Amino acid sequence: MSKQEPLSPATDAIGRLVQEFSRLPGIGPKSAQRITFYLLRAPEERARALAEAITSLKQRVNLCSVCCNVTENDPCAICRDSRRDSTMICIVEQPQDVIAIEHTGAYRGLYHVLHGAISPSEGVGADSIRVKDLLNRLKNTTVREVILATNTNTEGEQTAMYLAQLITPLGIRVTRLARGLPFGTELEYADDVTLTRALEGRQEF
Amino acid sequence: MPEEREYRTEAIVIRKTKLGEADSIITFFTPHRGRIQGFAKSLRKPKSKLAGHLELLTYSQVSFARGRNIDTITGAQTIDAFLPLRNNLWLSSCGLYVAELVYHFTPEGQENFTLFRLTLDTLRRLCRGEDTEVSLRFFELHLAEGAGYRPELDTCVNCRSALAETTNFFSPQAGGMLCPSCRQMQPTGFPVSPAAQGIMRHLQRAEYPAIPATGIDPESLHEVEKISGAYLKYLLEKDVRSAAWLEMLKKSLG
Ligand SMILES: [Zn+2]
Ligand SMILES: [Zn+2]
Repeated sequence: MSKQEPLSPATDAIGRLVQEFSRLPGIGPKSAQRITFYLLRAPEERARALAEAITSLKQRVNLCSVCCNVTENDPCAICRDSRRDSTMICIVEQPQDVIAIEHTGAYRGLYHVLHGAISPSEGVGADSIRVKDLLNRLKNTTVREVILATNTNTEGEQTAMYLAQLITPLGIRVTRLARGLPFGTELEYADDVTLTRALEGRQEF
Repeated sequence: MPEEREYRTEAIVIRKTKLGEADSIITFFTPHRGRIQGFAKSLRKPKSKLAGHLELLTYSQVSFARGRNIDTITGAQTIDAFLPLRNNLWLSSCGLYVAELVYHFTPEGQENFTLFRLTLDTLRRLCRGEDTEVSLRFFELHLAEGAGYRPELDTCVNCRSALAETTNFFSPQAGGMLCPSCRQMQPTGFPVSPAAQGIMRHLQRAEYPAIPATGIDPESLHEVEKISGAYLKYLLEKDVRSAAWLEMLKKSLG
């Protein structure tokens, strides 16, 4: 394919697939073409397996009715695991954040996935994310601590402050992930907010 | 002026948009270049050296390299992080409201130093945490004026007669007040009590420090909020999204 003659969009099977791939995050038109032609040359089973994986993703994956994480079984494996500490809930923005925290192996409590963060100027308020599900869940459980693990950007902080305001009156301990210096970075590049918080959150050494 | 390949400016971060996996487009309001945009690579990864200096509502010294479509951000150093806004839901929400309005009221690449000063002063006032409502109303009126839509508050926009000390009517379409008889002929606009008119005129004329913190009654101030909100909405031809959030917070914070 030369750059001067792009495939006419969506008129043929190749064009359609290229167009679909180029809608995916991080994939430009060039990569979309490369993947499409790779599949064209690949054995038929390979292509069929990919198509089936995509179909079953949408058919089988739902949200856990307890923690709102993505799951094939409801409740999800984490919520069903009786060895986990059900007095603790860690609140995250995205399912990917659960994967990141699980990977550390350092946390044994449960989760709640908000599927977003409050962003007033984008029109994302508390009703657009899974806040109501969280509050209903907190009313009927023996949760003693809620860990706010939203991002440390403005939206994540707004969300954390808002949730703290709703949850604290329920008599539940509300904590926030420590916001300090990331591992492997140099102090001189740290911004004022990070440094201030790192100082405030200093610990006995 | 020949176009430099690299340049540096003070800038307030007023908007951030995600791009791809970890990149961002950042919109700034600057003293002499007006509203500008920059591309920040890998900003959303934890090890980004720039992220904290380019967070929303941060006043930074920012360096850019000119690009074909968009300039790339090459460096940033915080001047003022407005720390008090970071730990307070109401104050940070007010700050976001200010940023959203500035974004919508400023054309790209056009210097407006008066509006820049107003924005910086307003964010610093919010940091002090006192009279946030007065600060916001002052900001709204002067923002409209700085953008070229100074509302006429002293004379009737239709018949040009001086307004009497009575309930007059604010018409967003007409850009100011209508006297009762003109309002009968063109039934647009909101009734405004004499007290609220007084506050609006005072805010419009006053240098900020001259505003008496205690002399403004909350009810009339709320009236001003509705009128000024309606005016901004009319000028923008759309809702100011963070205004709804502020409204919701006010109800839930009591
Ligand atoms: Zn679950
Ligand atoms: Zn008149």
